[in-house]
Amino acid sequence: MDLGIVLALDVLNGIASLVLLCMGLAIIFGMMKVINLAHGEFLMLGAYATVVSANAGVNIWIAMLVIAPLFVGIVGIVVERCLIRFLYGRLVDTMLATWGLSLLIVGLVTTVFGNTINGVPTPLGGFAIGQYRSSLYTLFLVAMALLLVGSVWAVLRYTRYGLIARATMQNPNMAAAMGLNPTRVYMVTFGIGAAITGLAGGLLAPVSGIVPTMGGAYIAKAFITVVGGGSAILAGTASASALFGTINQIAAFLTTPVFGEVILFISAIVLIRLLPQGISDRYFRRSL
Amino acid sequence: MSRSLSTGLQLVLLAAAIAGVALAPQVLEIFTLMQITLFAAMSILALSLGFIWGFGGILCFGQTAFFGLGGYAYAVAAINLGDSTGAVFVGMLVPAAFAAALGYFMFYGRISDVYLGVITLTVTLILFNLINSTAGDEYRIGAAQLGGFNGMPSVPGLNAPGDPSAVLEPEEIWFVTAGALIAVYVILRLVLVSHFGRVAVAIRENETRASLLGYDPRLYKLLVFVIGGAIAGLAGVLYTNWGAFVSPTIFALSLSAEIIIWITIGGLGTLIGPVLGCVAIQAIVTEIGSQQEFNSNLVLGVILIAFVLLLPRGLVPTAQILWSRALALKARRGGAALFEGGPGGKDDHIAKAAE
Repeated sequence: MDLGIVLALDVLNGIASLVLLCMGLAIIFGMMKVINLAHGEFLMLGAYATVVSANAGVNIWIAMLVIAPLFVGIVGIVVERCLIRFLYGRLVDTMLATWGLSLLIVGLVTTVFGNTINGVPTPLGGFAIGQYRSSLYTLFLVAMALLLVGSVWAVLRYTRYGLIARATMQNPNMAAAMGLNPTRVYMVTFGIGAAITGLAGGLLAPVSGIVPTMGGAYIAKAFITVVGGGSAILAGTASASALFGTINQIAAFLTTPVFGEVILFISAIVLIRLLPQGISDRYFRRSL
Repeated sequence: MSRSLSTGLQLVLLAAAIAGVALAPQVLEIFTLMQITLFAAMSILALSLGFIWGFGGILCFGQTAFFGLGGYAYAVAAINLGDSTGAVFVGMLVPAAFAAALGYFMFYGRISDVYLGVITLTVTLILFNLINSTAGDEYRIGAAQLGGFNGMPSVPGLNAPGDPSAVLEPEEIWFVTAGALIAVYVILRLVLVSHFGRVAVAIRENETRASLLGYDPRLYKLLVFVIGGAIAGLAGVLYTNWGAFVSPTIFALSLSAEIIIWITIGGLGTLIGPVLGCVAIQAIVTEIGSQQEFNSNLVLGVILIAFVLLLPRGLVPTAQILWSRALALKARRGGAALFEGGPGGKDDHIAKAAE
């Protein structure tokens, strides 16, 4: 019974981490049809921003919830202005350029900070389930993932910016004819996607090993979840994260973490083969 | 450039390359020779992706899957057989068979573009994870221990065909590796001028049109993919043989990325471009490795971004365009007929392939 609760918490944690990891990438891919291969490095920058400011004496919560998203958001806007905007509509070229960007960021961070950096301790402590112990931070991550999904939904559904963003996503030329400026919408969207990624990096900083190359460990998972989810930002990310998170954790529980990941990748390949347009385009056609 | 002149020039260049390979051991020190042996092995890998991406239109983000499988298959077979002759063929057959299975799964499922990239990248990660977790005595194939993240040390080197006692010297390994590079280049050239190669390029240009003409794009893409897999396997064999060692890092994402950089820089849609790009980048990375100022990732990233933004066609196609423009200008000055249309048509193809 206790073991069952622990396993359920693990599954929830897996799903929440995937949602946090993917949301920024999904927003950028879903709205702009840009695949950002530097996504993992944006996460890494978020984690570094958190760790560096926390080690400099800033409160850990401020470091993780304010500084990380702000910093990576600014980086995102600079990247969009200097690189991405020249490449709209050239999918493969954007992938190559962002791959170059990811190498560049890894190189820069290695040059500045070296190969290792002191991490931050996991805040909040733990609680007991029968004879097992679990971390309260896990529950905090789940709450943050829910909050993130809720706020993205509310922004897209109820605000003026959400309306503009959805209009631009559906038909940029028509939106431009109505007096909107798609270039600006794209810039802001890329910045928001980057900021959410930075937030995820900050939130995962206490529970992951922080090295300049840590982005590589996440990029593939984020990539397959977003592609598996399809073009609907929220429904796609949420359904794919729920599916892959569950598969990953249960498989990891039954075998080893390494095989859990292998099983996750294999099921993702099978899913993409069966539903090449993604889960959301098959089952949630008209959702956000 | 007229067709016969172009063919003639290619034959001259080929002869020069063979002469260069034959003379290299006499001029170069043994250290440099071993280094360019590595460059030659990697160039074969570059050719394999240059072929399937540039001429088959298949953007494979995980070409290292076949490279690594080739290396591991060679190591396992060479340890078990004790003779490298058969092991070389095993090292090409295993990745080719894997490419056939994966390609059947992808192309007959009509998966394209980004999804193809995602799947190939994921497959590489799966192989990396699997091989990485094979530490321990229970993971062995015959006499060969897979060794997990430690890799497989002391892989037997190439020997004279059928004679395991006659292990090749570094000089002879250079001849074999560089010879294989030239052979692969010539074979791919011949494939491209054959009926099969022309249909493959037609499919890259316009899949619907080609299938309306009665060609099955799935089959042709699959065959191109398998040829690419076998060549990448051969590169893996030569790479493993060069270092007498193979470890899971052979599947690493960073290497997959580097192949794509070689091709972007050298020029997509050419065969010589990927080879030049490969040698140039390898030389730069080696040079960076010998000093402390710059990180190699930093430099590679800057180079890749600069090429995508400023020179998206790569070096060789750009040089070809400049050359034919210069010729046209000369012809115009001399009052001869204008020379237009020819190179322009080719540009469009390359641009299309890059999209």
